[in-house]
Amino acid sequence: MKVKDLSGNYGFEAITLPDGDREIDGVYIGDLLSWVMGRAKSGNAWITIMSNVNILAVASLADTSCIILAEDVTLEDDVIKTAIDKEINILKTSMDIYSAAVTLSSVI
Amino acid sequence: MSDVLNFHFEVDGNDFKSAGHASFLMKKNLRQLGLPPETIRRVSIAMYEGEINMVIHARGGTADVNVYEDCIEIILKDTGPGIKNIEQAMQEGFSTATDNIRSLGFGAGMGLPNMKRYTDYMNIESEVGVGTTITMKVNLI
Repeated sequence: MKVKDLSGNYGFEAITLPDGDREIDGVYIGDLLSWVMGRAKSGNAWITIMSNVNILAVASLADTSCIILAEDVTLEDDVIKTAIDKEINILKTSMDIYSAAVTLSSVI
Repeated sequence: MSDVLNFHFEVDGNDFKSAGHASFLMKKNLRQLGLPPETIRRVSIAMYEGEINMVIHARGGTADVNVYEDCIEIILKDTGPGIKNIEQAMQEGFSTATDNIRSLGFGAGMGLPNMKRYTDYMNIESEVGVGTTITMKVNLI
């Protein structure tokens, strides 16, 4: 499934979608950035509740397909702007992390 | 081993928000060179972890990346406090980061282990009160 196909569906909504054609290949969940950096695989959708600007570097360098902010976590405007500059896809959902993962598991 | 390309970066130790900028630029450079995505990913992750460490612990430093025909070499230098016990610092989960740093999602004690995991060679030279130099290599062949 492509990232853009999640947006507007199954309870996910895009905050930024500069690279919507990116294919989602698996899911990784975590909030400790170095842990995520070391364990997430290229192409994974990364579900987190962290929202500081450093998530963008982690997503970019670990090459995840998108960040999914769970539980209605919001981003500051400068983080959104930087995400667009760095071509990072970010989606949001009101689901908790477990429900988001279960939902993703059934659709990707 | 002939020197092909060198990239030099100053890592700003005062701006935690821009931490990772050098790694991001380096990733772009490696993409332009047409290197394999997994190689780029390994170099990017190892360099980013080093960059974050320099910002968290050492008030910044320098990063030099040398692209050779057979490997990519990353040299990270700082004049920070140094590492007291390298063996201990290499253990997953060991961290001296502050609560403030942890609240940002760092300080999990994964930095140095990640750098080792994603490179083919890693050497740490460190002297307490003087600084730390870390050399890493990722093979291209």
